[in-house]
Amino acid sequence: MSDLIGGNGCGVRIGVYVCHCGTNIAGTIDVRALAEFAATLPGVVLARDYKYMCSDPGQELIKKDIAEQNLTRIVVAACSPCLHEKTFRHATEEGGLNPFFFHMVNLREHDSWVHTDKVAATEKGKDLLRAAVRRVKHHKPLERRQVSINPDALIVGGGIAGIHAALTMANAGKHVYLVEREPTIGGHMAQFDKTFPTLDCAACILTPKMTAAKTHPNITLWTLSEVEKVEGYVGNYKVSVKRKPRYIREDVCVGCLECVEACVYKQAKVLDEFNLGLGKRRPIYIPFPQAVPQLVLIDPESCIEFKSGTCKKTCVEACAERQAIDFKQQERFEEIDVGTIILATGFDVFDASRIPYYGYGTYPNVYTALELERLVNASGPTAGEVLLRDGTKPKSVGIIHCVGSRDDNTNKYCSRVCCMYSLKLAHLIKEKTDAEVYNCYIDIRAPGKGFEEFYNRVSEEGTHFIRGKVADVFPTEGTNQLTMRVEDTLMSMVRQISVDMVVLAVGLEAQSDAQDVRRRFNISSSTEGFFLERHPKLAPVSTFTDGVFLAGCCQGPKDIPDTVAQAGAAAAEALALIDAGAVELEPNTAYIEEELCSGCKTCIPMCPYSAISFVADKKKAAINEVLCKGCGTCVAACPSGSIVQNLFEDVEVFDEIEGVLAYA
Amino acid sequence: MPDQFEPKIVAFFCNWCTYLAADLAGTSRLKYAPNIRVVRLMCSGRVDPQFVLDAFAKGADGVLIGGCHPGDCHYQEGNYKALRRAHLLRTVLREMGIEDDRFRLEWISASEGDKVRTVVNDMVAKVRALGPLHLAAKPTPQVVAAHAHSITAAAVVGGA
Repeated sequence: MSDLIGGNGCGVRIGVYVCHCGTNIAGTIDVRALAEFAATLPGVVLARDYKYMCSDPGQELIKKDIAEQNLTRIVVAACSPCLHEKTFRHATEEGGLNPFFFHMVNLREHDSWVHTDKVAATEKGKDLLRAAVRRVKHHKPLERRQVSINPDALIVGGGIAGIHAALTMANAGKHVYLVEREPTIGGHMAQFDKTFPTLDCAACILTPKMTAAKTHPNITLWTLSEVEKVEGYVGNYKVSVKRKPRYIREDVCVGCLECVEACVYKQAKVLDEFNLGLGKRRPIYIPFPQAVPQLVLIDPESCIEFKSGTCKKTCVEACAERQAIDFKQQERFEEIDVGTIILATGFDVFDASRIPYYGYGTYPNVYTALELERLVNASGPTAGEVLLRDGTKPKSVGIIHCVGSRDDNTNKYCSRVCCMYSLKLAHLIKEKTDAEVYNCYIDIRAPGKGFEEFYNRVSEEGTHFIRGKVADVFPTEGTNQLTMRVEDTLMSMVRQISVDMVVLAVGLEAQSDAQDVRRRFNISSSTEGFFLERHPKLAPVSTFTDGVFLAGCCQGPKDIPDTVAQAGAAAAEALALIDAGAVELEPNTAYIEEELCSGCKTCIPMCPYSAISFVADKKKAAINEVLCKGCGTCVAACPSGSIVQNLFEDVEVFDEIEGVLAYA
Repeated sequence: MPDQFEPKIVAFFCNWCTYLAADLAGTSRLKYAPNIRVVRLMCSGRVDPQFVLDAFAKGADGVLIGGCHPGDCHYQEGNYKALRRAHLLRTVLREMGIEDDRFRLEWISASEGDKVRTVVNDMVAKVRALGPLHLAAKPTPQVVAAHAHSITAAAVVGGA
């Protein structure tokens, strides 16, 4: 234990704390040996090991030692800095030191959890500790820069998640831009018939919220719109939104639908997207009766006027003096400034044709569950009748669970909602057709309020449950039926069940363009393609990009109650940020030591944010601290070593390298 | 069993992708070789070629740089700068007699915990097979600096 004279001439007294994290670290690493080792390192005045450093008593230890031992630098070897760096910087600050006189060693995620050899893991721990102790002595007192937060918010996606988050924020008095790329808000929930387990009708609970979002004075609703570009940083994002033409003047149309009736297409001929192609629409249409906004739109792909310019334009005649129809509308862009962003971009259903042995797309009476939602829906293409393609009612229906979920060939994860919606569909099919319903499942997962009770209810109604994964679906010889071949694992036999209709309980996937969206907002995704939260438990709606939050299925499959809860949480996080008024930025920006700068301009093109300029009269480069985001790319490029990155100074990194290599 | 050679590998991981991937490997309890020592930087673009040369000079048997996939860089294009420098650095390393397998640049996203495991294990195996790094003569700090400067300068000329 000794004092050390640091590079800048001041005495440095380092305190080292090795966390056990219960047995998470101490089970693999000899924490006592590590503390003893740390105590021998130059500059270390005191080294301790402690059960839980992040606990209050753990943090108190640091504060007490700073006061009693005159510590001037703190090293904590515990979990990932992504988890607790903030905690310990705060403790360091509370102890009276600059919070950046601290460095963290990742003993858990990078050592004890990934290695089994205790000796090797302990040796690695020593190397990492040595590096931290060597590095921390160079740490300088830094100030966090405060930036103000623009109180306006952007919410991307107008499904139930986006709507709920928008209403929550708008009710709190914040101005919200709600951007939806489809012609109507409502998302997938608008396509559902009833919702499990209470069987309340989706439209009855959703459409009032849709209308509220449209009419709320604090919400600017843009449909047929997509975010093109996002620039800036927390509190100060500049967003460019592409607004696609509706070919209808939104301020004039009242949604009377007379133009739709007047269309020269007397019969609806175009496959209707909202009904998943099970119904037809005209080229001028409203997606569904309760669409919000209540505005028609024209599909230029099928409209005769767009294709040939020779249409009689009976729609225009019908609109008469309103003149709401505008064939010349162009795409345009809106630039907005917002402080926070909530992504609620939802999911795609699994494409069932990717599993050819279930025959979707080959056998007409194989449906996806979402298609069945439209069939059982009173405002759907069959007015709520469950009908086969030939218009007859099915007498038997098979529901295949886990299509595109829990499957090594497609998605390994459980989509969480399919069991419950399959039970609901079984109930609705039985109610509407009195058919025999066979649910073929791997496990029934009903872990929610009232879910298990609903499962029992459906079982008692007479739905057949067969535990087994269906091997394939093929036509039953000599009939119009389909055979499901399945191993009934409870009866230990292979069964062949003939049914009139097969329903595939398709799973939930990330949106097909989720990766593009993710890049646009500078966030990460998890292995399955869903957006990655900052921490699965402690920051489930935050992302690694400050000021960008997640709600709903874009973060992972979830049901409506969970989606709404998460949307509320995302809104609360955004509101907390806004109401704080300002946010502190990490001080890891770069600056130029003028006397060393040769004015070579090497750094200038390195910066993706144009933060570096050349000051002509001084012949030196200068970094605008406000624009610098602290990547350090210019630092690595500077031939004269005149650029310094706070927290990642060359001397700090070099000493860290020497430290891990035990180089004297 | 005879003592097998345990190489020391210094890794420079960017804060946003590869460091998080290594965290994910941890939370997923994936097991990999304990020969790697991670230095966290904000961006792979921060990796000064001097860091790599310095690590070799001071006893590393291998150096691994981990950054975000092309198009995914948290700072837009720092990883491209890292890539360009890595290409040039490799030619310098060859001249110094440092084999290709001892220096590696990998794109590992925050979701690829498993890739951290496979890359580290693979690199440890390859470097172990090569044996300890014996530099003909330990480069002086001046040599290290001179090489590094030629690389950054060339990277700029290469059309930054």
